[in-house]
This record gives sequence, C-alpha cells and structure tokens, in this order.
Amino acid sequence: MARISRYREHRFFRPLLLAFGLLLAGALFTAGKAAAESMESKALVISADKTTLIKEGKEIFARGCSSCHGLNAEGAGAAPSLLGVGSASVDFQVGTGRMPMADMSQQAVRKPPVYDEYETAALAEYVASLAPGPKALTNEEIAWERDGNAASGGTLFRNNCAMCHNLAGQGGALTQGKYAPTLMGVEPKHIYEAMITGPQAMPVFGDKVITPAEKLDIIKWIKEVESEPSLGGATLGRVGPVTEGLLVWTLGLGALIGVAVWLTSKAR
Amino acid sequence: MKARERAAGAVANYVDERTGAAKWMKKTLTKVFPDHWSFMLGEIVLYSFIILLLSGTFLTFWFDPSMREVEYEGSYEALEGVHMSAAYASTLHISFDVRGGLLMRQIHHWAALIFLAAMVAHLLRVFFTGAFRKPREMNWIIGVGLLTLGIVEGFLGYSLPDDLLSGTGIRIAEAIMQAIPVVGSYLSYFVFGGAFPGELFIPRIYTAHVLLIPGIFLALITAHLMLVWYQKHTQYPGPGRTEKNVVGYPLLPVYMAKAGGFFFIVFGFTAFLGAVAQINPIWVYGPYTPAQIGAGSQPDWYMGWLDGLVRMSPPIETHALGYTISWNILIPGLIIPGILFTLMALYPFIESWITGDKREHHLLDRPRNNPNRTAIGAMALTFVLVTLINGGNDLLAVHFDLSINQIMWFSRIGVFVLPPIAFVVTKRICLALQRADREMVLHGKESGRLVMLPHGEFIEVHEPLSPQKAYQLTSHEQLPALSAPETDERGVALPKGIRQKLRARWSRAASEQIAKPTVEELKEIEHH
Repeated sequence: MARISRYREHRFFRPLLLAFGLLLAGALFTAGKAAAESMESKALVISADKTTLIKEGKEIFARGCSSCHGLNAEGAGAAPSLLGVGSASVDFQVGTGRMPMADMSQQAVRKPPVYDEYETAALAEYVASLAPGPKALTNEEIAWERDGNAASGGTLFRNNCAMCHNLAGQGGALTQGKYAPTLMGVEPKHIYEAMITGPQAMPVFGDKVITPAEKLDIIKWIKEVESEPSLGGATLGRVGPVTEGLLVWTLGLGALIGVAVWLTSKAR
Repeated sequence: MKARERAAGAVANYVDERTGAAKWMKKTLTKVFPDHWSFMLGEIVLYSFIILLLSGTFLTFWFDPSMREVEYEGSYEALEGVHMSAAYASTLHISFDVRGGLLMRQIHHWAALIFLAAMVAHLLRVFFTGAFRKPREMNWIIGVGLLTLGIVEGFLGYSLPDDLLSGTGIRIAEAIMQAIPVVGSYLSYFVFGGAFPGELFIPRIYTAHVLLIPGIFLALITAHLMLVWYQKHTQYPGPGRTEKNVVGYPLLPVYMAKAGGFFFIVFGFTAFLGAVAQINPIWVYGPYTPAQIGAGSQPDWYMGWLDGLVRMSPPIETHALGYTISWNILIPGLIIPGILFTLMALYPFIESWITGDKREHHLLDRPRNNPNRTAIGAMALTFVLVTLINGGNDLLAVHFDLSINQIMWFSRIGVFVLPPIAFVVTKRICLALQRADREMVLHGKESGRLVMLPHGEFIEVHEPLSPQKAYQLTSHEQLPALSAPETDERGVALPKGIRQKLRARWSRAASEQIAKPTVEELKEIEHH
C-alpha cells in the first residue's frame, strides 16, 4: 500500500487523476445516454390507430401550438394558418425542431426536436385531418439509395438548389437575415418534405417541376457529398475561397514569417 | 595544399581562364546583405513563384485547355455521364486519376495564394519603412506592376478549371468589360470571340496564364532583383549603419545558406498545406453552365476586395442615346481600382513632392517616425479591409447570425468613414510612440524598482539606455515643413495657386513630429 501511495507524490499524479476522472464521467454519460435513447426509440413505435392519433394530436396542438396558430389552426398574426399544409409540413417543421419556434426571429432555426416521433406523428395526423395536403413520408418510403442517381441529382441541384444552398449544399445567405440552411446531416425524408412543402423562404418544388424520381436523385447527390471522404485534406467548411484566404493570411503567412524571424535571429 | 583544394583550384582556374568569371564572382559572392526578418518577405514571393512554375508545369502535362464538350467517364462517381468541357474533365482527371495530381493541384493553388499574400506583405514592409524613396522609385513601380499582374494571373488560373465557381468569376469579368462605356461590348466580343461564353476563352486564358504572363513575370522579377542588386539593399538605422554602407552578412556562405534553406522551408510548407488542407474542390462545384450559379460564389482573396466593392455599390445606371452606362459596375470594378493602383504607383513621387525631399535614402524609417505616411498606409489598408469584409458578406451573415443587408450598409458607410478614422488614430499612435521614445531617451527605461527616499517620497528608479539604443531612438532626421517664400526677392507678393496652398498644407501635416531630445536637454537632465 505504501508503495502505491508513494506515487501520489509524483508530479503527473494529479493531471492523470483528473484525466481519468473526466474519462470515467464521459464514459458513464455516453453509456447512460445510449441506454436512454434505446428506450426512447422503443417507445416510438407508432402503433396507435388513426383516430387516437388525431385525438392526441389535437391535445398536443392545443397545448403547444394553438397560442400562435389558433385553437383550430386557423392562424393569427405572425403565425400562418395550417389548413391544407398537410402532414408533410408538420413532419418537417416539428421533426427538424423548427417548430415550436425558439423566438420570433427572421426564420425558424433548426434545433433538437421538442416533440418525439410519436407526438410529431400525432400532430401531423391532426393537422392533416383538418384539410388535405402533402403527405408526410418515412425514411423507408424514400428509396433514394436504390433508385437515386447522384450525377443527375448533382445537375438538378445546381439548376434548382445551389443558388441558395451553396454549390456544396453548405447553406447561404438570403436578404434581411434570412438564410438557406445547410443540407448536411438532414434526414432524407425532411429534404423530400422540404421540396414538396416549401418551408419558410423556400419555393415549392412540385412533382411537375421536379419529378419524384428526380427528388431521389437530388437526395442521393446530397448524401453522397455529405458522406464523401474529405479528399485532399481538411475541407475548411467547403464554403469556397474565403476560408482558404483566411488560412493563408493567418496560419500560412504567419508560419513563414515565423521561420523568417527564426532565420534572422541573432545566434546566442 | 591538400589534394582536394588543388583540384578545386584547378577547376576554378579552368573556368576563369575561359570566362574571366573570377573577378566578378569575388565581388558578387562577398556582397553584403542586411539581416532582418522583414527583408525575407520578398523571398517568400520569389520562392512561391518557383513553386508555381514547377507545379504548374506538372499540371500542363494533363490539363486539356479546350471547351470541347465531353461526357465524364472518370472515377468520380457523382459526375458520371455528366456533360462538361474537356478542361473541366481533365482537371477532374488530374485530381482523381493522376498519381499525385490532386496534391500538385493543391500545392499550385496554395502557392498562388501565398505568392500574393507574401507580395502584399512585402509591399507593406516597403511602404511603411519608406524603402521606395529615391533611388528606388522605379523598383516600386515594377513592384506595383508585379502585384497587378499577379492578381490577373491568379484570376486566370482560378478560371481555367471551368468549374461552376470559376465560370461565375469569368462571367463577372465579362460584366466589368462590358461596363466600359462605348467600347465595352466590342471588347467583350473580341475577348470571348462572340457572345459569352463561346468556345474560346479557356484556350485563350490558358496561353496567357502559362506563357505570356509568366514570361512578363520573369522579366519583371529579373529587373526587380537586378535593381536591388545594383542599388544595394536598404537597412534599418543603427549604430555603424550609414547611408553609404551596408551592414550585414556576405552572400557566401551566410546568405546562400539562409536563402537556400528558406526556399526549402517555403516549398515544404506549401507542400504540407497541399497535403492537409483541401483547396478549391472543383468536383463538388460541378461543370460550368451559364444558367447555373451557387450561393457563396467568391473569388480568391486577392480579388475579394474588388468583389466587395461591386457587392456594395448601389444599383445606378444611366440610359442615354440608346446606350446604358452601368455605374454600379463601372465605378467599383474599374474606376476605383484604377485610381487606387495609380495613386499607389505614384506615391513615391507624391511624397517627395510634398516633403521636398529629393535626396537618396538607404536607411529605412521606423514607421512611427513618419506618422503621416504610416497613417496613409493604415487608411488604405482599412479601405481594403472593409471592402474585403463585404466580399464575404454572405458567409459572415450566415455564420455570425447577421443580416446581409446590415453588413452591406456597414460597408457602404464604413468605406467612407473608417479610413479617415484610421488615419487620425494611426497618426496619434505614432506621435504617442515618438513621445514614449523621447521620454525613454531622456529618463531611461522604467526598471519597476520602487525606492523610498528618506523623507518618505517614493520614486521609481530609471535605468539609463545603452548608447546603441539611444542612438537608434534618435538617429532619424525630422524634416521641417516646406516654407514657400511668400514674396519674391523684390518683396512683391507671389501669387498663391491652389497647388502651392495644397502642398504647403500637406507638407505641414507631413512634418508633424514630436521633437527629438536635443543635446542640451540631455545635458540638463544629466545635471539632476
């Protein structure tokens, strides 16, 4: 025992203990989170029938949405009417956490969803029951991996999407603080739903403008760009020459000037 | 004498008998260069140029400068079967199917960015230390020419791959061409061989990029360096350094080793960047078609300030006699850069006209000792910085939760308001630093040691400066303002033109200084 406790005097003892403690806390947290998530997803199996869903959706709506959208989703003031927006719209807005809105800023921000998958489905069913509209999809219904063509999707993307979402889908600015968000890490069904519902500043890309097959192509291209290994080194955000210039003026020239200072320093 | 030395001597003798090089070599190899890190900025430019020549030559082996339409069949799947120009397809080929191709492309592009960044840093060093003064005005003008050419060359290189980003840049270049009154549309037709985009601009740009401009570069760089050689390098003031000597190390062996080593470090660093940092991923951008555009299309940084100027200009056009003059492109795209570069090229002459100083200068100024010039430089830098920031306004808006309109208005106002503020603030800072220098010379360095005197007073002990340091702080000269005679020799008042008035005014501003400590002042201090 005395031999072990001698190590407590070692100068690395405290940092190592701290590192070990942090590691342990992190591991416990990760394990706990994973366990909680697996329980959650079990609860998400949507087995209830439609009428129950609509009933529960109506309750959630009255609690969480009606203060802005009105008791019957008729809309009021800043919040639009939800009659006819369809379950696709609800699934997109609530599923990506945009609704309920964090604040009344220019644009609803994507954030971790407030409602779980079951509640979102209930809300979607309820809103869809008020008036017909585009139907929500599940990721399984969209066979982009099987049916999509990335090359054709890329061309479609550059024709229809790149002017706002950036050539690499990284998002871009619109006027007055509005923006087209990045498309990286978005679920395929949400990309599809965004195209058919046209959320916020985005136009609707109906099935006559971009056919369902072409929509799959676009999703395939986005997913391919997203999963592409960073060829040729770190990507610098893929936002073009601005970050490249920043790197050259900071790290690049900084390092070379550092070397120049070293080369011309007086020998000691 | 050892056998090795004898052999070396024999070789040297052989060469000397046939070329007469010994005398010249002896003089050349012992030439002295002063030592300072800021004198090596120009070297970074030179070495980047060599890297550009080498990596660029590699790229020409596979690049196909043609706008012939082809169907892509290379190994990048997300573009398979897409129709594109041969130029774009061959760039993809270099990136994915040529061994080391992507690395070379990235080294070439990073070297280009470093080339221009180091060029600007070198220009700032020359400007702020007054190294452009007589007899180096010509070299300054050559330098301005090199910078202009560098920007053009970089832009042409950025345009060659014919991806969607580079094509957008060419489209803007076409717009700027067309904005020139009367001849604009003809010029554009001439350059593109018809309506944009046509099928000619890639091969034409290619010839200019790999032959014409590099050729001019070589000639100008040679002239630039020969003038440095002939006029000898400037040096910072210090003990033993005069307008008539150069204090430093000889070319052989010290500078050969330093410069040679530095070349390899610059090359190694550029290769490192090319290996670890992705630059211009053209495969994501897709092939150029005039119908497409991407958000966040930006030029490389050295064109960013121009883009920023165009982005902030209000939409003003004049329609007269069946012609349209697009002031919104003409002013930011041509007139302002034209004025800026002309003023920059003429600056040495403007300054010597204002100060009346026509003498040769081989000793550099410390920036603080010429507050007016330093402030002018800070003003120009601020202008470029504001426009550069506006060039990235969309990215700033997205990543910092701002409104693009607000950034635009900030730049529109800032581009007029901030440079004068920078001028005043910089000038004040310079004068304050001069005051600090004066204080230091008169009272010495603050030692941080507090002493209580017998009667209870606390004083801080000041340590006297070393004579070298004191010399450094006081060796500069302070020119008085020009005193233009108000009357001629017969006492008749001379006419005062606006030119003379301006000159007198500017000269007064340029001569604003904190007086150096005089010998009498120092002696008086010593008495205490």
